[in-house]
Amino acid sequence: MSTNDWPLWEIFIRGAHGLSHRHVGSLHAPDAEMAIKNARDVYTRRKEGVSIWAIESSAIAASSPEDKGSLYDPADNKVYRHPTFFDIPDEVGAM
Amino acid sequence: MYAQMVKSTGKGVKSLDEMEPQERAFQERINAGDKIEPKDWMPEGYRKNLIRQIGQHAHSEIVGQLPEGNWITRAPTLERKAILLAKVQDEAGHGLYLYCAAETLGVTRDELTEMLLDGRMKYSSIFNYPTLTWADMGAVGWLVDGAAIMNQVPLQRTSYGPYARAMVRICKEESFHQRQGFDIMMTMGKGTDAQKHMAQDALNRFWGPSLMMFGPSDENSVHSAQSMAWKIKMNSNDELRQKFVDQTVPQAEYLGLTVPDENLKWNEEKGGYDFSQPDWDEFFDVLRGNGPETTERMEARNKAWDDGAWVRDGMMAHAAKKKAMKVAAE
Repeated sequence: MSTNDWPLWEIFIRGAHGLSHRHVGSLHAPDAEMAIKNARDVYTRRKEGVSIWAIESSAIAASSPEDKGSLYDPADNKVYRHPTFFDIPDEVGAM
Repeated sequence: MYAQMVKSTGKGVKSLDEMEPQERAFQERINAGDKIEPKDWMPEGYRKNLIRQIGQHAHSEIVGQLPEGNWITRAPTLERKAILLAKVQDEAGHGLYLYCAAETLGVTRDELTEMLLDGRMKYSSIFNYPTLTWADMGAVGWLVDGAAIMNQVPLQRTSYGPYARAMVRICKEESFHQRQGFDIMMTMGKGTDAQKHMAQDALNRFWGPSLMMFGPSDENSVHSAQSMAWKIKMNSNDELRQKFVDQTVPQAEYLGLTVPDENLKWNEEKGGYDFSQPDWDEFFDVLRGNGPETTERMEARNKAWDDGAWVRDGMMAHAAKKKAMKVAAE
């Protein structure tokens, strides 16, 4: 049994020109070059993308689920950040 | 299904009132239709059960390449060969999506592989049957992938986020698999007498094993009740089997083939077919490792793993060397 576990990579694909890259899944590969080649084979078999990003999973920092409340709370009472907060009279027209 | 007879904690399902606050909050999230993500708290039983289920599902995709791989070099036309190759490649991809989903639960890919190779983890009983003729490629796509879809479509709504997302990708591709199988059956069903006979023979051999894919009745199973409470199993085995039969019988009629069951009869009252149960003794015997092709399948997987060791090691060595050269140049 091989003990050389290939590292895990997270794969991001740009679906079409002009769109941002989106996370599609992960895979194992010995290095970045192979990660992109494998991602091509696994995640773009049906022309799902025009560009691939691969990043080692261990390099990703993530917020933790317990933060759910406190991390986003400050946005709770700031409805004025949304344009719909302001009433613009009809006669002013589209704004 | 692709995951059959997955055992849970073995205890009955707890009511919300019997749960500790943390577990209760978890169950309430599931009841509300929330998705559980890898870093969320989860009961140990949920984690273990999912590893078994997703692992078994992944192994089924990988071992499932073998019965079809058997026919790639002997496909009747270049087009059929290209299509079959694409399908088998998809199965490898499905295995990979699922292994990755399982890995988010704290098990490594190599551990899962080891457990398959030494027999600690199972794969679906269906892949222990031989594919004897080209018509079997039709029957496998039509029936086996058809049965798989029955189970996988509802699993897109399963409570574990990474599993549900893997299922969405898989279901998109699975529909191609079933259609290519049915296309083979249509060609053979409209072909010469010898081709029709071959198609009927394939249906005869794969009908029972396809019904077995859903597993025995689990109306009274504590494992199923727990899995359903956790939303990692969405329907009972009998429910899915009935749906599969109701969908498949008219398709067989269209092909001009006869479903090999003399008790098969439309039941107006229930709005579905009555049908015979498959041979459950045979099913349990296959699960015990006595399927017609079980030894060959496990030998093939072990050989592929052993023969590939130098490639895996070589690529790691190459990656390490390149990294060292890059560091030296900086």
